[in-house]
Amino acid sequence: MVKIDKASTPIFKRRKLVNKFNMVMSGFTMAFGLFWLSWILFTLLRDGLFALDLSLFTRNTPAPGSKGGLLNAIVGSVLMAGTGTVVGTPIGIMAGTYLAEYGKRGWLAPATRFINDILLSAPSIVVGLFIYTTVVARMNHFSGLAGGLALSLIVIPVVVRTTDDMLRLVPDSLREAAIGLGAPRWKMITKVSYRAASAGIATGVLLAVARIAGETAPLLFTALNNQFFSTNLWGPMANLPVVIFQFAMSPYDDWHRLAWGGAILITFGVLGLNILARLIFRKKI
Amino acid sequence: MDSQGSAAPMPVKRPPLRERSQGAVVDTLFARTTQFFAFLVFVLLLAIMASLVIGSWPSIRKFGFAFVYTTDWDPVAGVFGAAVPIYGTLVSSLIAMVIAIPVSFGIALFLTELAPVWLKRPLGTAIELLAAIPSIIYGMWGLFEFTPLFGKYVQPFLIDNLGDIPVLGALFQGPPMGIGMLTAGVILAIMVIPFITAVMRDVFELVPVVLRESAYGLGSTTWEVVWKVVLPYTRAGVVGGVMLGLGRALGETMAVTFVIGNAHRVATSLLAPGASIASSLANEFTEADDPIYTASLIELGLILFLITTIVLACAKYMLLRLGRLEGTKS
Repeated sequence: MVKIDKASTPIFKRRKLVNKFNMVMSGFTMAFGLFWLSWILFTLLRDGLFALDLSLFTRNTPAPGSKGGLLNAIVGSVLMAGTGTVVGTPIGIMAGTYLAEYGKRGWLAPATRFINDILLSAPSIVVGLFIYTTVVARMNHFSGLAGGLALSLIVIPVVVRTTDDMLRLVPDSLREAAIGLGAPRWKMITKVSYRAASAGIATGVLLAVARIAGETAPLLFTALNNQFFSTNLWGPMANLPVVIFQFAMSPYDDWHRLAWGGAILITFGVLGLNILARLIFRKKI
Repeated sequence: MDSQGSAAPMPVKRPPLRERSQGAVVDTLFARTTQFFAFLVFVLLLAIMASLVIGSWPSIRKFGFAFVYTTDWDPVAGVFGAAVPIYGTLVSSLIAMVIAIPVSFGIALFLTELAPVWLKRPLGTAIELLAAIPSIIYGMWGLFEFTPLFGKYVQPFLIDNLGDIPVLGALFQGPPMGIGMLTAGVILAIMVIPFITAVMRDVFELVPVVLRESAYGLGSTTWEVVWKVVLPYTRAGVVGGVMLGLGRALGETMAVTFVIGNAHRVATSLLAPGASIASSLANEFTEADDPIYTASLIELGLILFLITTIVLACAKYMLLRLGRLEGTKS
């Protein structure tokens, strides 16, 4: 019997080579992904850190050439993100509850789930257009409220999706136990299902806040911008993303500096929220 | 309602009728409220579509179907055609997909097959954080940091090496300005990589361990397991993930607005500045003073929404199909 040394046949060698090559390439793609992340974060730190000072938080956006900060934009962003979250979260949780708790039969739940997933990735600028035609064009002026509503439309699909997913993870035996004790369905949902899924739902809300904190496109023609400090939701309102957009596109160096300051605030705020959401989720589940 | 209670020999103590019916009312009310909001989400898509159609009606009536294939974009004369931004949107997204698909596949492969267990989570999180960075930051970074280097090193290299090849060379002509379609495509690719990777990673993990192990048992290399077992099994899901990324790329606004150059021209060269639907909207909407100008821009938005909705619906359908396959086989 002739013994074939398998390790030296050409086919075997080629297979091993192909495998090695592709695994190395896979490692490279991983490095490629990390490369961009670190480059972006590095640029932000390099250009943003020196723009961070106290006046960023105490002064309003300046005219080109004079000193100033981003106070009005920060306040505006917080107000609008707050409006978006306050309006969007209850709607999202209720709709998600229907999908997970009542949606076993009928067409509405699967159809809504399908549409919600499309809305989840729909271009945010179209949401801005929608609010423009339905709210801004009716009221005849731009307003912080319109901006908040536009953001709420981005919050809703995120919250619907996580609420639905998290409630569906709650074991039915818990529900049956509650019903068996004579609790009406709404009490079972609010006292048992919600409680079991609370960490997951909170994660979803946090992720939604993180998502809208940096959204620019839907605010461009809903909240517009405002050079001055304003907390009036019925009028145009400054906000960080649009200010960054405007200042970065301008030819002035001091505006660029402020834009970098705003950029580092937003990015690390958003990344922080993301990591916080992950930590909450991991601890509770 | 309490007929049984009175019929029994020892009447069971039940709460008074009023209290019980109140409970039932609350129950129905709660169910109806949740149903109402679910319905609200359900009609939202149609409402957006309808409002865009109404908003763009003057433009639809004036230009008709020609809006889609004419290239004039003249705010002064009031003549609008969407071919340039549509072309820009499709081409920049196509470039993004060409880069993002193999890279995402590589990363998903690395995360599912190669990475040691202790590295899986931090690396996965890092890639997901790429999706968390707001698009305006990508735009700003792209404009100030990426564009100058891209125009200085990469674009001249492409012009020198690919510019002379017939046909293909036409794509790499003109001065290396840094901005342009190709730049937009590259940045879009970075932005959609995390989305595609996430789906690929999830569906790769759906493959039954038995299948994987049998392939290894027959002597397959890791690559053969992935290419001949994992990928065929998850084909629908992978396509769904790619479509999802495409949907994201098509609608991405701020990053593209910063780097695409915003020129309403048709250019074959990928290095030339162009415009996408979203960037035109972001740049021009608040400046549009003429009603027909505004209506044309809204029609652009409508076209974008139609395209992305179709792409995303296909994505969702593919992912559902994989889910069903999974459901029947296990």
